[in-house]
Amino acid sequence: MDVNAVSQIVFLSLRIAALATAGCVIPAVGLAWLLARRRFPGRTLLDALVHAPLVLPPVVVGYCLLGLFGSRTWLGEWLIRTLGVHLPFTTGGAVMAAAVMALPLMVRSIRLGLEGIDRGLETAARTLGASPLDTFLTITLPLMLPGIVAGAVLAFAASLGEFGATITFAANIPDETRTLTLAIYTALQSPDGEASAKVLVMISIGLAIGTLLLAEVSNRVTKNWLRAR
Amino acid sequence: MIELKFSVSQGDFSLEVAAVLPKAGVTGVFGRSGAGKSTLINALAGISTTARGRIKVGDEVFLDSERGWQLPIERRRVGYVFQDARLFPHMRIESNLRYGARRRSGGESSDLWQGVIEVLDLQPLLRRWPGSLSGGERQRVAIGRALLSQPQILLMDEPLASLDAPRKTEILYYIERLREAYPVPLLYVTHSLDELVRIADHLLLLSDGKVMACGPFLDLVGDTALQPYLGRFEAGSVLECMLEQHDETFGLSVLSFSGGELRVPKLDAPCGTRLRARLRGRDVAIALKDPPELSITNRVQGEVLALSYRDGPYVDVLIGAGSSKLHALITRESCARLNIRVGLSVIALIKAVALDSRTVGYSRRAR
Repeated sequence: MDVNAVSQIVFLSLRIAALATAGCVIPAVGLAWLLARRRFPGRTLLDALVHAPLVLPPVVVGYCLLGLFGSRTWLGEWLIRTLGVHLPFTTGGAVMAAAVMALPLMVRSIRLGLEGIDRGLETAARTLGASPLDTFLTITLPLMLPGIVAGAVLAFAASLGEFGATITFAANIPDETRTLTLAIYTALQSPDGEASAKVLVMISIGLAIGTLLLAEVSNRVTKNWLRAR
Repeated sequence: MIELKFSVSQGDFSLEVAAVLPKAGVTGVFGRSGAGKSTLINALAGISTTARGRIKVGDEVFLDSERGWQLPIERRRVGYVFQDARLFPHMRIESNLRYGARRRSGGESSDLWQGVIEVLDLQPLLRRWPGSLSGGERQRVAIGRALLSQPQILLMDEPLASLDAPRKTEILYYIERLREAYPVPLLYVTHSLDELVRIADHLLLLSDGKVMACGPFLDLVGDTALQPYLGRFEAGSVLECMLEQHDETFGLSVLSFSGGELRVPKLDAPCGTRLRARLRGRDVAIALKDPPELSITNRVQGEVLALSYRDGPYVDVLIGAGSSKLHALITRESCARLNIRVGLSVIALIKAVALDSRTVGYSRRAR
């Protein structure tokens, strides 16, 4: 396996993980806020739905995504017709699979942060003339930031390691959906792939350590930013 | 005028309020814990949304549940100082102070900004973060932040409760300065009569979710009928005094009031300052003749106006001296022994050390 091929795999993995993480942030903030702060009918159902990927086998999640976005389902057809987006067996599909798997991790982390915020601060902002939306943007959201950053790092790490849902929903297509984990699996399937697998595993470990360091640094930065100096 | 006519039910507790407060000066909202003080101002601020009835401040209707009307918190223009300050931890003090100011329709007023910063000594804190402030400093910032939002009324919910005694004195001093400089109507919630003695013009007395009395502070605080709600050991009288002179040799100050003079530990205020001295009934003793060879220097000649028998062995003796009224809490036994009765001429004895800066509010403006 030459350097070019390896770097292509690494780059694709990072790109998919980054896109999945970025795509998760806004829905995760919204869901965390809904689940932590609002009481509405169907809340328990929504909670279960968001957290399902944590407890379901990833292959099952991938299968469900196929059932939802497959080209012969109405949602899949609608996506192709109106947006020209084809998800199954594409990079977009790999991003989607990673995002769905990472979402519950991010929601949990953000929700934990949100529940730790003193709601009295929001009340204080209201008495000072801030509308509910203004209060959310200037008080709640900034105070949620450590939770959001921690959740994003966690989601990024999980997306890098995603396997089951990706291979089911996006398949294992070189340069399209073959991420590091899929490449390791592919290498192990071929009789002379032992050496390639070793290289890819080493890179995986390196990336994992890198992500851990990133988590540590970002945690410190946001905590310092929030805490009084 | 602040018209309150509403009720709030929360589980076992219910608050029933019907009162009209002046939209000026300092109104003390007083009662024991659980009396409904915080519930009352939370309903006024719009924080508790379960209030039913009518709340009107000036011409503005805050609440009219018959018509299903409720003005949102942010449009009531109430400056709320919470017990726990509630400074925004992710903003420097300056941003905290400007938060409310920026959100008022008229925009920021630089005169007000300068004035508030000066009155509350906030300049050295502006660049700091809330977490690095002491409790007293935090509360000062919270008061400044509320005031800078240009409220039509200020609400303070036990702003001194989480502070130690020196801090309490310090913040009270700032509140006194502030009410001289910015006459925003203030509703001050507390369970400490000492705090109210220093600042209150009016009193709203709450007990078990009901309004027991509402009116001018000095009238109510000496009202024997209300003594049970003020607490037996809190019971006493408040005298309006004038600081006459300082006695440097002995470290005393001399106060005059209608009916006599009081010597108290030296106060840090100029002569001519008007102030209030609070005399707890238990700190006042009664003699029939001027006793010789006694350490007590404060002796006030007066006449017994009334005797009220309290639970247990106590009698509250009301003594009139000039236009002032003093309460003395003595035992029934003493009362019987001296044959104290209405109309008797007596001398009230008050220890100078019973009067200190906690019971004497002294930074009211000099006449």
